Amino acid sequence: MSEKMLVFERSRPGRRCTTFAVDRLPDIPANLKRQSPPRLPEVSELELVRHYVGLSQLNFSIDTTFYPLGSCTMKYNPRVHEKAARVPQIANAHPMEPQNQQMLGMIWKMEQILKAVSGMDTFTFQPAAGAQGEFVGISMIAAYHRARGHDKKVVLIPDSAHGTNPATAAMCGYRVEEVKSTERGTVDVDDLRSKMSDEVAGLMLTNPNTFGVFEDEILEMAEIVHGGGGLLYYDGANLNAFLGQCRPGDMGFDVVHINLHKTFTTPHGGGGPGSGPVGVKDILKPYLPTPLVVKEGEDYRLDFDRPESIGKISTFWGNFGMVVRAFVYSKMLGAEGMRHTSEMAVLNANYVTRKLEDVFERPKAAQPMHEGVLSANGQKKASGVGALDVAKRLIDYGIHPPTIYFPLPKVCPEALLIEPTETESLEQLNEFIDVMRKIAAEALSDPDLLKNAPHDTPVRRVDEATAARKPVLRWRAE
Amino acid sequence: MDYTPHTEEDIATMLGALGLQSVSDLYKPIPEPLRLKALDLPPGITELDAIRLVESIATDTARTAPDLSFLGAGAYDHFSPSVVDAMISRGEFFTAYTPYQPEVSQGTLRVIFEFQTMMCELTGMEVANASMYDGSSALAEAVLMAVRIRSADRVILPRSLHPFYRQVVETYTTGIGLEIVTAPWTDDGTIDLNWLEQEADDRTTAVVVQNPNFLGVLEPLDKIGAILADRAPSFVAAVNPLSLGLIEPPGSYGADIVVGEGQSLGLPLSFGGPYVGFFATRQEHLRKMLGRIVGQTTDVNGKRAFVLTLKTREQDIRREKATSNICTNQTLCGTAVTIYLSALGPNGLAEVGKVNWSRSHAAMEGLASLDGITRPFDGPFFNEFVWKTSRPASEVLHKVGASGISAGVDLGMLDPALSDCILTCVTEKRSLDDVSRLVEAVKEVL
Repeated sequence: MSEKMLVFERSRPGRRCTTFAVDRLPDIPANLKRQSPPRLPEVSELELVRHYVGLSQLNFSIDTTFYPLGSCTMKYNPRVHEKAARVPQIANAHPMEPQNQQMLGMIWKMEQILKAVSGMDTFTFQPAAGAQGEFVGISMIAAYHRARGHDKKVVLIPDSAHGTNPATAAMCGYRVEEVKSTERGTVDVDDLRSKMSDEVAGLMLTNPNTFGVFEDEILEMAEIVHGGGGLLYYDGANLNAFLGQCRPGDMGFDVVHINLHKTFTTPHGGGGPGSGPVGVKDILKPYLPTPLVVKEGEDYRLDFDRPESIGKISTFWGNFGMVVRAFVYSKMLGAEGMRHTSEMAVLNANYVTRKLEDVFERPKAAQPMHEGVLSANGQKKASGVGALDVAKRLIDYGIHPPTIYFPLPKVCPEALLIEPTETESLEQLNEFIDVMRKIAAEALSDPDLLKNAPHDTPVRRVDEATAARKPVLRWRAE
Repeated sequence: MDYTPHTEEDIATMLGALGLQSVSDLYKPIPEPLRLKALDLPPGITELDAIRLVESIATDTARTAPDLSFLGAGAYDHFSPSVVDAMISRGEFFTAYTPYQPEVSQGTLRVIFEFQTMMCELTGMEVANASMYDGSSALAEAVLMAVRIRSADRVILPRSLHPFYRQVVETYTTGIGLEIVTAPWTDDGTIDLNWLEQEADDRTTAVVVQNPNFLGVLEPLDKIGAILADRAPSFVAAVNPLSLGLIEPPGSYGADIVVGEGQSLGLPLSFGGPYVGFFATRQEHLRKMLGRIVGQTTDVNGKRAFVLTLKTREQDIRREKATSNICTNQTLCGTAVTIYLSALGPNGLAEVGKVNWSRSHAAMEGLASLDGITRPFDGPFFNEFVWKTSRPASEVLHKVGASGISAGVDLGMLDPALSDCILTCVTEKRSLDDVSRLVEAVKEVL
């Protein structure tokens, strides 16, 4: 593929795309006026379109490629969602018209849906992503303990947890203590019991966890944490396994975040925008971010009068456009569609894992739910080919790699975390299985083929070390 | 209606391979007491009915919405060229994941690299990250970064900071117990420089300035920069990027961190989000900056390539020692901003700035010529200004609203001392006729 230029390299002085008719030249005070213009590109509209269409074609995306990316839930993004979010009365709704009944109503109705799905009592839609939802959740747990005069210092987190969990706990001023996982891939309940103390503010847990395994001792774990005066945080990254099947609210969780960009298929956009609504049981309701959408009689309003709230977290009311998409999705699925969605997600993951377990190690014995962990550990020992090489070779076959080295190598070496999602067909899964088996054979017969993969991509393996050592982070004219 | 492709036969084949009788066997790991008997939601609907539902919401909204709006206050109704939405509507952009696999993500990575470059150019700074959630959380993270640069007891926020930004900063700094001190404003609506001269001392980790500030007024960044030049606190500025084709950026006056809300650069209002924050700083602070960053490098064949870099600052590697917990950001919104700025270029950005300036000044002059209306703050402004009436702002806005005009934001909602003040914004989307209609409508109700 030919070298695609950066838009700056296509720029020629004086070339124009969008223009505005200036009606009166402003009299700008000299000390405010910009002295030299920003060096933005100057291109025609056609050049702009060719440039960005060209760039888009350098990407893998769900629309073009199977994306079995574990813990990310890369399911199909329906087009009707995009249409709904762009309806003029929705796209043009100004947030400082906060009495807009229809927009507030949509948020409130989505809250009722998430309550039914999760078993929680109240939701906020302000968090823009899962990580910001975690920050809200742990901040509320901190506020809860402060209000009761508890002096808590520690948040417990399983060793297999996503990196946002410990980073969040640290942002909220807590020390992190890790809880071990067992051979089955679940939390070691004895280890949890031994680490529970007066200092523990709570436990952060993903369920199914990052091995894709259901934490079947969750009720006992909840008892241990609650018994010790702590609260339970549910990281909803893997909720796609549970729709209509079971609910974190029934498992003893006090606060949850849900990634609308995972389970409710709002598009990932190359890394956002997401949306991370947070739901709580009534004991944490006073601490929810301000404002909350409330319904009084037939009217909706924003309630700013929340003296115990942790405060505001988003400039306005959250990533509303994502709520619109998730609302349309939920209405279309309904109760039965949600249930079927999770069942097919779990069926797909189990089918793929089973069909590959004779060629890749299964590090954890328990049955997977919506995603499964395999490992290239055997390949690594036999021929030096690791998870990274398997992942890169998949690209040659036109498949996006699974999540690799997660859960972390210390708990699972050479991990390949595979989440097919429910929107993939049996034929697609079979193709993936065939390719993975072929790659397992290649790992033995021709390890260099994998180590040098991918071979036919816009760029090949990149020099990450130099990128970090001598950072070039912006374009400059030669 | 769901989006699963499974036929009865497919399901039977797959269950057979697993040695299971029914799909519910897959849920055996879940203890019986936790199994949900029934999900309490209505049945699903078709796409046609979903569209009808959304259209009915739109129709109800249209019935009550104003047909002419002068609302701003942190979210702005600007024109977005058609190419912006057309480009971000390509599935290859909006259905892609975070670009962890550089070989198959060069499109997104290059867009982010362009975005970082444009943010540096607009703000006058040296490095920028791949985006933040929104303007207020970007500011809150800037304050936390200032603490990483130099820890101290307190941060100075101006009284003229957007109240929602202030509240978000408060939320983010609770965990570290930072004291917030408020810098007063003077009669023209700018920050009190004498006060700043006294208070910006070693006890302070950062001084925050918003430009234009919440009153719409442009701050004397040159004087603020001069005061802070040889002092301990970091100089943090929150800016409206649309003004930066016309107004000298904070980078020219020694700012340490410049953040802002990118919504004005091509993103729809969408009732408050998704928007996009930006975050730029000086080279020396690079490794203290948070968030995703794309860098240029080469591939094994020596070809130019782009990749997520400096990852050892981030949560997936550093876990509890990370600079922030931020993971997913607002890349598609950043993509829209990048395409918007490519479409406008330096000339288009200067033009749209000029139109905002001239139309908003025309509105201010029209309103100020009416009996009973004054300007409480007479500092220079960009596209928003405050006017004061002899009656409660809520009453005036309600009466003007009856003629289908949303004349502005009642500042009493945000600060009780300003309950007779209205913040009005005029963008390039409002014509001079619209401005005349506003002035006439206000005149009628006074």
